[in-house]
Amino acid sequence: MSERANEPAGAPSEPEQSQDRSWGFRTRAVHAGTVPDAATGSRAVPIHQTTSYVFRDTDDAAALFALQKYGLVYSRIANPTVSSLEERLASLDGGIGAVCTASGQSAEFLTFAALAGAGDHVVAAAGLYGGTITQLDVTLRRFGVDTTFVPGTDPADYAAAIRDNTRFLFAEIISNPGGEVADVAGLAEVAHARGIPLIIDATLATPYLCRPLEHGADIVIHSVTKFLGGHGTTLGGVVIEAGTFDWGNGNFPGMTEPVPSYGGLSWWGNFQELGFLTKLRAEQLRDVGATLSAHSAFLLMQGVETLPQRMDQHVANAQRVAEWLEADPRVAYVTYPGLPSHPHHERARRYLPDGPGAVFAFGVAERGSPSEHRHGGREAGARFIESVRLCSHLANVGDARTLVLHPGSTTHQQLTQQQLEQAGVPEDMIRISVGLEDPEDIIWDLDQALTAAQKETS
Amino acid sequence: MTTTTTWQNPPAWRRQQILRDTRTVAMVGASPNPARASNFVATYLLASTGFEVYFVNPNASEILGRPVYPSLAELPVVPDLVDVFRRPEDLPGVLDEVLGLDPHPRTFWLQFGLFDAGLATRAEAAGVEVVMDRCLKVEHARFAGGLHLAGFNTGVITSRRRD
Repeated sequence: MSERANEPAGAPSEPEQSQDRSWGFRTRAVHAGTVPDAATGSRAVPIHQTTSYVFRDTDDAAALFALQKYGLVYSRIANPTVSSLEERLASLDGGIGAVCTASGQSAEFLTFAALAGAGDHVVAAAGLYGGTITQLDVTLRRFGVDTTFVPGTDPADYAAAIRDNTRFLFAEIISNPGGEVADVAGLAEVAHARGIPLIIDATLATPYLCRPLEHGADIVIHSVTKFLGGHGTTLGGVVIEAGTFDWGNGNFPGMTEPVPSYGGLSWWGNFQELGFLTKLRAEQLRDVGATLSAHSAFLLMQGVETLPQRMDQHVANAQRVAEWLEADPRVAYVTYPGLPSHPHHERARRYLPDGPGAVFAFGVAERGSPSEHRHGGREAGARFIESVRLCSHLANVGDARTLVLHPGSTTHQQLTQQQLEQAGVPEDMIRISVGLEDPEDIIWDLDQALTAAQKETS
Repeated sequence: MTTTTTWQNPPAWRRQQILRDTRTVAMVGASPNPARASNFVATYLLASTGFEVYFVNPNASEILGRPVYPSLAELPVVPDLVDVFRRPEDLPGVLDEVLGLDPHPRTFWLQFGLFDAGLATRAEAAGVEVVMDRCLKVEHARFAGGLHLAGFNTGVITSRRRD
């Protein structure tokens, strides 16, 4: 519809033309969204620890409530510290804007609930994070939204699942923990042919490794809790939109019909390319209230500033650990797309040329059968987990520290055996999120834990 | 709207300069109906900018408590910027009106969804700067900080304090 905010540089030679420069990723990671405070000159983003904002007068209040003015009313809807993180994340992903939320899960819920209601249908990848599957399959199904989960990554299978009442296509850029890589361009083509948006959860890639909007996705969701925050201290989520989807195509009456609570305006008619994110903020955050706190936004922003440097190291460590594991006879399989043996290695090179993240899975082989690479089952996996001394056994990914988990007994425990198989989660699977420690130390720990896991097998 | 022509809008720094240099704005095709985008943009321009705003619409007498003029020629001033909310087929006539003013307005601005490269060339040949397929409200909010507060990507990166 119109060019993005970061436009190609013309011929910037004078200082006032600096805003037309195409700033690099690392520059934007530390600058985007944080113009020095007009009143104080604060260089770091101030923490605006306030629930609400004083109106200038009654006209000001009325205009703000009617969305006729941009401004601040109540921190459930918008907060200046959160706005800075939102603009920064939108810039890094190449989006038109962003809405931050209390968690990655609430980012998904706000988006799903904005687009689908009772009687509507969703097409989603089967290999999703367990919490996303239950959000769609339990909570949203109870609200009358029907989801078809499509195994694998072939766009044709997704096309076949789309119905007249399908409202969006949803997939993860790298599935957790199966390590499948989504064919974003193929899925975008399938979705756009039916006039619906493609939503990609790119949590495990981060915008440093992959920007799905550049491959045709319309909306990107992240759990900012993970690598974007990067320190395992703070929960947060974000929804970023490209601003290029035609919400006026007839498939989204919620975008085009008059909104009584805002004086009869329509999100598409009044806000055009800004309409979807305006609806997400002014309607979904207002009604659902899954708001990111100012303090959390500040903490997450500290992480985002070093995202490029950290991701380089995460990926280098992950590649080294994955190669070591794959060469070890005590390991039955490794699902890292950075390995040439992975079925999506070539696709990963296309979409994630700087490396497919640092979260993958492996299986602990049964003792005495290394050549057969037989699965070791639930017990060997559990013994491995209980033997680690440096890696932390917990339910998170994207921490500065290396994390390990047995999905079959934790994150994916709620899933049926069939859902486990569809999600690519064998019972013996160990998920690892490779951290920023010295890779020799990570490998030392995995080595001794594998030995311990095997010793006790008899 | 996909544009295949080579005509390009002025870059961001120039759009900001246009807005800084603009004091008077005429909204051609402004509507008294609160559900219309033009009315909504008008509420923003009146409440959040320092522009002196004039409404032009032969079929309306009052918008947001202000007078409405039947044509650009009947405005008490020659506006610095003419912001157009009309159907694509009406645009050549609007440009004729703009070029009939003496002196010419400095900027001919077409709202979201309006793009006509031929028209732009004609305006530029007469010394009038053109912005098309852009919302005056959004562009103002981009540089004034409003868009930033709403989580949008303004593209503004600077180590200097906001104005």
